[in-house]
Amino acid sequence: MAELPGQVLLDRDGLDRLIAALAARGFRVIGPTVRDQAIVYDDIGGVADLPAGWTDRQDGGHYRLERRTDDALFGHVVGPHSWKKFLHPSRLTLWRAARDGDGFAVEPTDEHSEPFAFFGVRSCDLHAIAIQDRVLTGGPYVEPHYRARREGTFIVAVNCGEAGGTCFCVSMGTGPRADKGFDLSLTEIADDGGFAYLVKTGSERGADVIAGLPQRPAMARHVEAADAVVDNARRHMGRTIDTYGIRDLLLDNLDHPRWDEVAGRCLTCGNCTMVCPTCFCTTVEDSSDLGGGAARVRRWDSCFTLDFSYIHGGSVRSSPKSRYRQWMTHKLATWWDQFDTSGCVGCGRCITWCPVGIDITEEARVIRENPGAEGTT
Amino acid sequence: MVPAVVRVARVRRELIDAWTLEIDPGADGFTFAPGQFNMLYAFGVGEAAISISGDPARPETLVHTVRVVGKVSAALAALKAGDWLGVRGPYGHGWPVEAAAGSDVLVIAGGLGLAPLRPCLYRLFAERDRFGRIVVLCGARSPTEILYRAELERWRRRLDIDVEVTVDHAGPDWHGNVGVVTDLIRRAAFDPPNTVAMLCGPEIMMRVAALETDRAGVTANATHLSLERNMKCAIAHCGHCQFSGDFVCRDGPVATYARLSRLLALREI
Amino acid sequence: MIETLDRYIREHRFFSGLDEDDTALITGCARNVAFKAGDYVYRHGEPADEFYLIRHGRVALEMSAPGRGTMTFQTLHEGDIVGVSWLLPPYRWRYDARAVELVRAIGMDAKCLRGKCDTDHDLGYEMMLRFVPVLVERLQSTRMQILDVYGPSA
Repeated sequence: MAELPGQVLLDRDGLDRLIAALAARGFRVIGPTVRDQAIVYDDIGGVADLPAGWTDRQDGGHYRLERRTDDALFGHVVGPHSWKKFLHPSRLTLWRAARDGDGFAVEPTDEHSEPFAFFGVRSCDLHAIAIQDRVLTGGPYVEPHYRARREGTFIVAVNCGEAGGTCFCVSMGTGPRADKGFDLSLTEIADDGGFAYLVKTGSERGADVIAGLPQRPAMARHVEAADAVVDNARRHMGRTIDTYGIRDLLLDNLDHPRWDEVAGRCLTCGNCTMVCPTCFCTTVEDSSDLGGGAARVRRWDSCFTLDFSYIHGGSVRSSPKSRYRQWMTHKLATWWDQFDTSGCVGCGRCITWCPVGIDITEEARVIRENPGAEGTT
Repeated sequence: MVPAVVRVARVRRELIDAWTLEIDPGADGFTFAPGQFNMLYAFGVGEAAISISGDPARPETLVHTVRVVGKVSAALAALKAGDWLGVRGPYGHGWPVEAAAGSDVLVIAGGLGLAPLRPCLYRLFAERDRFGRIVVLCGARSPTEILYRAELERWRRRLDIDVEVTVDHAGPDWHGNVGVVTDLIRRAAFDPPNTVAMLCGPEIMMRVAALETDRAGVTANATHLSLERNMKCAIAHCGHCQFSGDFVCRDGPVATYARLSRLLALREI
Repeated sequence: MIETLDRYIREHRFFSGLDEDDTALITGCARNVAFKAGDYVYRHGEPADEFYLIRHGRVALEMSAPGRGTMTFQTLHEGDIVGVSWLLPPYRWRYDARAVELVRAIGMDAKCLRGKCDTDHDLGYEMMLRFVPVLVERLQSTRMQILDVYGPSA
């Protein structure tokens, strides 16, 4: 592969043209936008749809949008959506069947969809996408719907300049700078009274798209400014977690009294699993209609539901304690056994969107500080 | 992963709540390893994970014994010869028949646990010379609930296999053993350090039986259990069948007691 | 060949490890017995005067109830002890024991053995060491049976 061009600077108009260029190439461009009092991921037509001048205040069980004093486009972090909404959709028809004589025939559904361009992917979410790639396409069975959507997805990453109140990507080694897995990456820097965008190319097609856009070469001071922006985010993380030996720590403490304590707070609502960018669990629903047809639909599922572990007679994990423990030990411990990585990217969404503010970093800390404590079995 | 559509050739009622489906898998036959399972689809109702119970040396017929425990199994058990169903598989990691060559083999089945073990027994009997003593111990609730009873009786008449059956309770017509299957282990003749044990049945029964084989001196690495968990996809994508770090559909259903014993002692894992 | 009771007691796995003196003491309470197939070894309600150590054959433990007929809940084999109710007052059998096939056993006089254990506590301790594991194992097996693990799910 030829050496990729050096970094360039786009201004806001250039960014708008970037979005248009992607649309013109047939991509469905998805990016952050304000809706329902949050910053969500949805179709965007241009820079005007981006959350200029908005930031988010996040803490355990708390999310509020606030107006900034400037009109930065990316002065916020991640909201309740993650990119799995598009790559691993919450509802998908897998196949349909129709009666055929005294038998039946099964037709897989057409997996084709127009390719996505994800605009504004944070480093934590880039890692989350790579994790889901491993889960759904890295094993002996490849999930064809995920693969069809994933192949060809164009990624424009954004390096965070601020850390969210619940962010801990630094602890997880997943940010704040995006280092690979993107076609283009942007860092928003102050420039000449406004903002400019330092663009780094990560692929040939990224370079191809940028080539046609109005741009300036990046100077050393721009690169330094970008580094300072990212460094600012790095130094202000909302949370930290010590990951040293965490797999063994949790699996050696399955009877720790802390599990009982958190069970007293956890509502098993499953919000954490819905917002977590790596949670991948699904269920299927089989149905039939009066016309003699049948279908199988796949839906997101959560290990917090009582049904999740149901086998004839009852659920294996019937207590809320066992379900919280399952989620957390899977995310931080057994994911390693299964996929050779952590399941957590430190995005903080589970902390923000938990109605009672349960904090995974806090739970891990308490167990680490008092390992081997005896609780109820 | 879409099901293949196949036809039921024959149905046989085994017990009051269990039926065996003999399925025509089509011209290519259906090859599988003992201990593997399929996802069987009843049109419009759903899928269930059912272990394969036939003879692996006879791929022209696919055999499944279905016990009615819910909506899907009820629909499968209600199929008649000539009806169609969907099949996906085979999935899972099965019994270590090859690894048992040269050793004594202790097979312990409880209730419907004999269904996933039967293909293993067919293979052991077909290659009898390659194994040491073969001991088959079966536990059932009562004499009318002994799965594959006629076959067990036939095997019991052989001179080169030990077959013992026990029931939890019985009426006056039963002249066989009454008591738990663990009691049979104590009286069985096998050489523990050179034995491969394969256990299948309700989890409580497997735990207690494994404690007994362990006490007898069978090594934990040579003791194999078959687990059951909620399954939806059978390909380690849906997350339902996880048992600590293992996906039962992919890393199981057969796993060693060495790997499982600590987890089995914990609740709600 | 003359078969002596003494040899049977030494050979029975239940008494393995007993010293010479204790073996002689117990032999004083023992006798040889045999039951034909179908004979009752003992019946519910009878005085628990004698318990048995099976040398050969099988014994079924049963209970019968009106309307339900006879139900077998345990089969005992060679090497097993038949009867534990002799250990505690009121010294009466709680269920029936029936020979499923020809049974040869050592019959132990319960009163005799209880008396000797009262006088010689060391002998008493040796007996307890042997009986308690049997009771514990029977309890554990019975609990498994009660759980009805093969039955339809709750």
